[in-house]
Amino acid sequence: MTMQAASTEIASRTAAIIDEMKGLEGPLLPILHSIQEEFGHVPKDALPVIADGLNLSRAEVHGVVSFYHDFRAKPAGRHVLKLCQAEACQSMGSDAIAAKVKQLLGIDFHETTGDGSVTLEPVYCLGLCACSPSAMLDGEVIGRLDDEKIEEIVAEVRS
Amino acid sequence: MIPRIYIPADSGALALGAEKVAKAIEKELRERGVEAKIVRNGSRGAYFLEPMVEVATSEGRVAYGPVKPSDVKSLFDSGFLTGGHHKRWLGAPDKIPFFAKQTRLTFARCGINDPLSLDAYKSLGGLRGLQNAVAMAPADVVKQVTESGLRGRGGAGFPTGIKWKTVLDTAGAQKYIVCNADEGDSATFADRMIMEGDPFVLIEGMAIAGIATGATKGFVYVRSEYPHAVATMNKAVAIARKAGVLGVNVLGSPNAFDMEIRVGAGAYVCGEETSLLNSLEGKRGVVRAKPPLPAIQGLFGKPTVINNVISLASVPIIMDKGAAYYKDFGMGRSRGTIPIQIAGNVKNGGLFETAFGLTLGEIVDDIGGGTASGRPVKAVQVGGPLGAYFPRALFDTPFDYEEFAKRDGLIGHAGITVFDDSADMLKQARFAMEFCAIESCGKCTPCRIGSTRGVEVLDKVAAGIEAEKNLALVTDLCNTMKFGSLCALGGFTPYPVMSSITHFPEDFKPAPARVAAE
Repeated sequence: MTMQAASTEIASRTAAIIDEMKGLEGPLLPILHSIQEEFGHVPKDALPVIADGLNLSRAEVHGVVSFYHDFRAKPAGRHVLKLCQAEACQSMGSDAIAAKVKQLLGIDFHETTGDGSVTLEPVYCLGLCACSPSAMLDGEVIGRLDDEKIEEIVAEVRS
Repeated sequence: MIPRIYIPADSGALALGAEKVAKAIEKELRERGVEAKIVRNGSRGAYFLEPMVEVATSEGRVAYGPVKPSDVKSLFDSGFLTGGHHKRWLGAPDKIPFFAKQTRLTFARCGINDPLSLDAYKSLGGLRGLQNAVAMAPADVVKQVTESGLRGRGGAGFPTGIKWKTVLDTAGAQKYIVCNADEGDSATFADRMIMEGDPFVLIEGMAIAGIATGATKGFVYVRSEYPHAVATMNKAVAIARKAGVLGVNVLGSPNAFDMEIRVGAGAYVCGEETSLLNSLEGKRGVVRAKPPLPAIQGLFGKPTVINNVISLASVPIIMDKGAAYYKDFGMGRSRGTIPIQIAGNVKNGGLFETAFGLTLGEIVDDIGGGTASGRPVKAVQVGGPLGAYFPRALFDTPFDYEEFAKRDGLIGHAGITVFDDSADMLKQARFAMEFCAIESCGKCTPCRIGSTRGVEVLDKVAAGIEAEKNLALVTDLCNTMKFGSLCALGGFTPYPVMSSITHFPEDFKPAPARVAAE
């Protein structure tokens, strides 16, 4: 597909999402979530379409997209691993857990492995504070992380 | 009677392997040719016992936990379907000390049944509060909530009834009820547990708020880190709508009330009420200056009640059993019960609902059972990332809004993180500043710039560079942030920082000069 065609494709799929949701009160966040679900990230080419559809300036849309940690500018790896780094997990050694995961995967937070298998992110609280340290792998929650569980997770994302 | 087996599907239980346990139990039932009904309930909140599996026997429920998939075969061999003894046997859930010592009002039903069964909800007293409310004048509903002494459980502790009265008294063609379910504070999971374990109580509370104030539309703003809570709430709203609990005629009355579930996008600051309103409107989650109060100009500029999940979920019991019943619990100006969340490095972690007034020591040592690591407790942070660190010397502080304020701390959303003696309080103070820098919305200077400078100055202290002078600078900076910030993010970050410096000065002393190894 040429770049032109790709951008037209993004525009038309974005327009369909906007059509479906613009009747909501305060539709921008739900629309951005849907776009991210559709494309795996919020493509740059979608922004002018949203601005047009909701009668906002491009700057306003960019401002909102860039404010929130959840919205990605580029696609994530096939798996997304979030490690909780908040206080309750800190009290149970989340620092050491993060260091070990980073070493095993060979990447830092906010990075994706070279083979595109996994993106590693910090998260500040998953609400699993009575079973710390915790993590979320592709939306599934994991508590009381230890070396054994880390190795299982790393093996799973690598397979 | 077909035996019933209860396996929690609460996130906390799932994180500890409840799904694998459920699969193992299903497989065992199949292989043994035994018929049984599996119910996926929420969690009762004793996470040190999760996954806690219960069976309904002729003598009532019998609990087993923490159950591992490898326990399942032997559980069946021990006749657990009829309550047989096993090493994981815990007996009747109500008799387990962690539960027996609690006073469950808000969480009375949480974790007992299938959270999406409206019949089960009604069978345990659900909807009685709403039924009473629809038969009353709005002002009387507001009065009853005011008289109960209920204060905002999100952290600020503002009287809920007074907030409602302002909205009731403010004219508006459209008013809103907004539920703040952006539970971002570490050590807190009460909102998540209610949304996953008893979603109808929140829906009922919001409907009552709507009837009391003349609001016809509600929003629950749930953080995106809680996908299970979002899914459960969405299903519960659809069920409530179908059953006429929500809609143009709430429980057949002339009152209209409907609601939507909205998902946040990973910004901690959106737990601040005005920032949350901006986010719901589709804007950057930037804090608004007050006044105007949200009660007068809130969502889309309309009169808006914005309450925390637990505040709203506490309303149904107040409307069911009366203001006096609720007010009878507690101490001083802190009335009713509070779901304390015991977390971090603690042996018996979980949710403990009780009347205000227990001391911090009773909570940490007696109920929490001390640290998970078995080492001495060094510090406990009360109230999330913006709460103060308390040393053992202050363990006599009663759990009460005013008593905590007197000791330069706050209850916040009632989360407690326990740290053992391996904690480095300089590192914790630095993290508080760093977290504020990451999450600052950027609107006001003390928070936006102060947090970054705070990290830098604390790094100098850690490196032993003019420690005394730099600590004085941090103290001064904290003072500026506390009094100069627009909201609690910048304004309360000084709590963890200053409490660390005040109570644990030894951690801020310059490290002894290191002798070069070469």
